[in-house]
Amino acid sequence: MSVILVLIGFSLFVALTFLGLYIWAVKTGQYKDNYTPSVRILFDDRETESKDENENNGKDE
Amino acid sequence: MIETKNYNPSATKLICYHCGEECPTDDIRLGDKIFCCNGCKTVFEILQQNNLCDYYALDENPGITQKEDIKRNYDFLDDAQLIEELIDFTDGKITKVTFSIPQMHCSSCIWILENLHKLREGIKYSKADFLKKIVEIQYAPKEISLKQIVELLDSIGYQPDLNLEGKVKEKSDSHTKKLYYKIGVAGFAFGNIMLFSFPDYLSFGKFHLENLGRAFSYLNVAFALPVFFYSANEYFISAFKGLRNKIFNIDVPIALGITVLFLRSLFEIFTGTGAGYLDSMTALVFLLLVGRVFQNKTYSALNFERNYKSYFPIAVTIKTNKGESTKPVGKLKTGDRIIVKNNELIPADSVLINGRGFIDYSFVTGESNPVEKVNGDIIYAGGRQKGSAIEVETVKEVSQSYLTQLWNNDAFSKKDISHLDSLVNTVSKYFTFIILSVATAAALYWWGNTDYAFNAFTAVLIIACPCALALSTPFTLGNTLRIFGRNKFYLKSTQVIERLTSITDIVFDKTGTLTETGKSSVQFEGEELSLYEKKLVKTLVHSSSHPLSKSIYNLFDVEKFKDVTEFKEIPAKGIVGKIDSHIVKIGSKMFLTDTNEKGEVNLSTKVYLSIDGKIRGFFSIANSYRKSLPQIVSQLKNKFALYVLSGDNDGEKSQLEKLFGKSSRMFFKQSPHEKLSFVKSLQKSSKKVLMIGDGLNDAGALKQSDVGISISDDINNFSPASDGILDSSSFKRIYDFIKFAATSKKIIITSFVISFIYNLIGLSFAVQGTLSPVIAAVLMPISSISVVVFTTFTTNFLAKRRGLL
Repeated sequence: MSVILVLIGFSLFVALTFLGLYIWAVKTGQYKDNYTPSVRILFDDRETESKDENENNGKDE
Repeated sequence: MIETKNYNPSATKLICYHCGEECPTDDIRLGDKIFCCNGCKTVFEILQQNNLCDYYALDENPGITQKEDIKRNYDFLDDAQLIEELIDFTDGKITKVTFSIPQMHCSSCIWILENLHKLREGIKYSKADFLKKIVEIQYAPKEISLKQIVELLDSIGYQPDLNLEGKVKEKSDSHTKKLYYKIGVAGFAFGNIMLFSFPDYLSFGKFHLENLGRAFSYLNVAFALPVFFYSANEYFISAFKGLRNKIFNIDVPIALGITVLFLRSLFEIFTGTGAGYLDSMTALVFLLLVGRVFQNKTYSALNFERNYKSYFPIAVTIKTNKGESTKPVGKLKTGDRIIVKNNELIPADSVLINGRGFIDYSFVTGESNPVEKVNGDIIYAGGRQKGSAIEVETVKEVSQSYLTQLWNNDAFSKKDISHLDSLVNTVSKYFTFIILSVATAAALYWWGNTDYAFNAFTAVLIIACPCALALSTPFTLGNTLRIFGRNKFYLKSTQVIERLTSITDIVFDKTGTLTETGKSSVQFEGEELSLYEKKLVKTLVHSSSHPLSKSIYNLFDVEKFKDVTEFKEIPAKGIVGKIDSHIVKIGSKMFLTDTNEKGEVNLSTKVYLSIDGKIRGFFSIANSYRKSLPQIVSQLKNKFALYVLSGDNDGEKSQLEKLFGKSSRMFFKQSPHEKLSFVKSLQKSSKKVLMIGDGLNDAGALKQSDVGISISDDINNFSPASDGILDSSSFKRIYDFIKFAATSKKIIITSFVISFIYNLIGLSFAVQGTLSPVIAAVLMPISSISVVVFTTFTTNFLAKRRGLL
C-alpha cells in the first residue's frame, strides 16, 4: 500500500508544478493578448539576409 | 492570413503599391512600382533604405494612404511635463511608452511596428497588441527623444493617437489577472479533490479505506481552504455588501450555500462521519468563476468612457511675439493666440482675429452645414475649421468652454450604479426566503432526531445553492453580447442587454445619426439650366473655397471654362464673377437682388443663382438620410414612442414628418444641455429611454439615458461615452437587436425554470435527510452544465434563425 503514498506525493508534485506554471503564465501577461502572437509566429526572421535578395523578391512579385 | 503577394502591374486599375488605393495617374513611380501620392512613395523609400520591404510581402498593399500629406508639428513633445504624462516608466536609461495606433489593421502593421528598432537607433524594443491597437515601445531617452519616435511613427503612416487623456489605461488588467488566478486555484483544487474522492464514490459508504481514506479527506480540506478563502471571496464580499444595503442579491444564497457546504464538510471529516462535499463546493466555485469570465467579454480596442478630452488635440499652434510655437492644450490660457489650420479643431471658446472661418459644428451642435465666421465672431470650442488657416484668440479656458461645461453636469459625476433591479437579483430575493423556510421546515420536521434535523437543514441549503441560476444569466447575456458584436453592435457590458429589454421611448439625434455623415445632397430648383450655363456655374464656384461651393461644383458633371474675371467673394453673402462676358452671382437672395429684403435669412439651406442679373433658381442643400431609415422607423413606430432631438434648424421638419409621422415629437435647435434635460424629463415620467446619437452634443443625453448608443462610421474613431457603439452599417438592424435582447431575457427565464426543477429533485432528497455526497457531486455539476448548454445552444439557434449569426 505504501507505494500509493509515493504515487500520491508524486502526483501532487506534478499538479502543483502545473498550477505554478499557470500562475507564472498569467503573471507574465500571456493571457493578455491572445491574438497578436498567432500572427507574430508566422513572421520570418530574415535579419541576416542581404539587400539583393530583398530586391529579387520585389521583382518576383 | 498571410498570403504571398500577387501583384499584377498590367491590371487596368492602377493600384498604389503602398496603400492599395487607386492611383489617378502613373506619374509617381519608382522602378515598376506605382504610388498614388508622394507621401506613399516616401514611406516606401524609408522602408527600402532600411531593408524592411518584408512589409509588403506579408499583406497586399498594407500601407496607410498618405494623400492628406499633413506636416504635423510635434514640438509640444519637448515639454518635459507632457512627456512625463505620456510615458509609462523611465529610469533614465530606458523609457517605456505605450501608444494607441488606431490605423493598425493587418499583419504587416504588426510586423513594421515590431521592427521599429531597425528603423532608428535608440529604440530598443517594441511590441504590438493587435486587438487593443496599441504598441509598447522601450527606448533610450539619451539616444532618441519621444518627439523623434512620434515623428518616425507618423512618417511611416502610423500616427499615434495622442490626446489629453494621456496614457493608454490598463486598469481592468489587474482585475482580469486576479480572476484568472482564482479560476486556476479553483480548477486545480476541483480536479484533485475529485480524484481523491473517487474511492469514496465507488465504495458508497460500505467499504472504507480506513487510514488512507482519512488521509485523502484531510488532503481535500487542504485543497479546499484556498478555494474557500481566496477564489470565492468575491461572493462573500458582494453578499455582505448586499445585505448591508438590505438587498438580497444572487450572491447571498451562493455565499450561504458555499459556507454551509464548507462547514458541514469540515464537520463530517473531522468527526469521521463522512467524506464531506468539498468536491461539490470547489466545482461550484470553479463554474461560477468561469461564468464570470464569459460575462466579462470586453472589446478592448473600443473605449466606452471617452469624453471631450480624447476628441480634442493634445497641443495647438500658438502665435507669440517670437513666432509660431506649440503648446499643450491643458496649458492654454485666455488671451492666447492660436493658429487653426484646415481640418483642425478649435480647442477653447475664442474670438476670430484673422482669416475666414468656415466652422463645421456638426459634431458639436448637430448643425449640418459649416457656419461662416468673420472677424470678431465668437467661435465655440469643438468646431472644426474647413478652409484656409485662421487666427483666433481664446476667451475661455478649455474646461470652461461652452461645450466642455457639459461634463460638469451631475450626469457625469455620478457613478454607473450597477443596476440592482436585474432579473436574477429579483428572483434571488424570493429564492433566498423560500430555501431558508424549506430548510427550517425540514429541520423542525426531524426535530426529535438531532442528527437528522442537522442533516436535512444543511442538505437543503447545499442543494438549493443556486449555481445553475447564477450561471444562466452570464452565459445567456455573454453569448448575446458576442452575437451582437458579430453584427457590429458593441456593448459595454451584459447589463446593457437587460436594460435594453425595458426600453419604452427612443430618442434620435439627427445629424450624423439619421443622416449620413459628410454627405449632403445638393439639388437645383428652378428653370432647367443649359449645358452652357452649367459650365458657367461650375467655373464660378471653382474659384471659391466655401464648402458649399464645393458641393455645387460636384453637382454638375460638365467641364469648366478656364478663367473667371472680376471674381469677388463677399463673406456671409455670396460670390460673383465674370465668365465669358456673363455676370454670374451665387449667394443669398439679398446679395443677388441688392435689396435689404430679409426673405431668406438662412444661407446654409438655400443658395440663389443669377446669371446676368436674372434669378434662375436656387440650390437647396438637403441632408441625405440613411437609406434604411424608413424601414427602421416603421418597425419601431408602433412599439416605442419616438423623438427626434436636433441641434440643427427645423429646415428638414417636413421631411422628417413624412418619415416619423405627426405622432412623434421633434425638437430643433437643441443645445447639448437641453438634450440632457429632455431625457431627464422623460425619465421623470417613469419612461425608460434609449438615446441614439453620435456627436459630442449628444454626450450628456447618452450618459443620462437608460441605454445610450453612439453610432459611428468607423468604430475606431472617436465616439462619446456610451453604453454601446453601433457601426452605422448595422443601424438598420436596431429593431432586431432590441427584439433579440427581449428573447435573451425569455431564455434566462426558461433556464430559471430548468434550474428550479433540478432544485426540486435535489430538495426531495435533502428534506428526507438522505443526500449523499455522490448525489450532490453528480446533481450540482449536471444541473449547472445542462443550463449552460441550454442557454448557449438556444441563443445561438435563435440568433441563426433571425439572421444574426
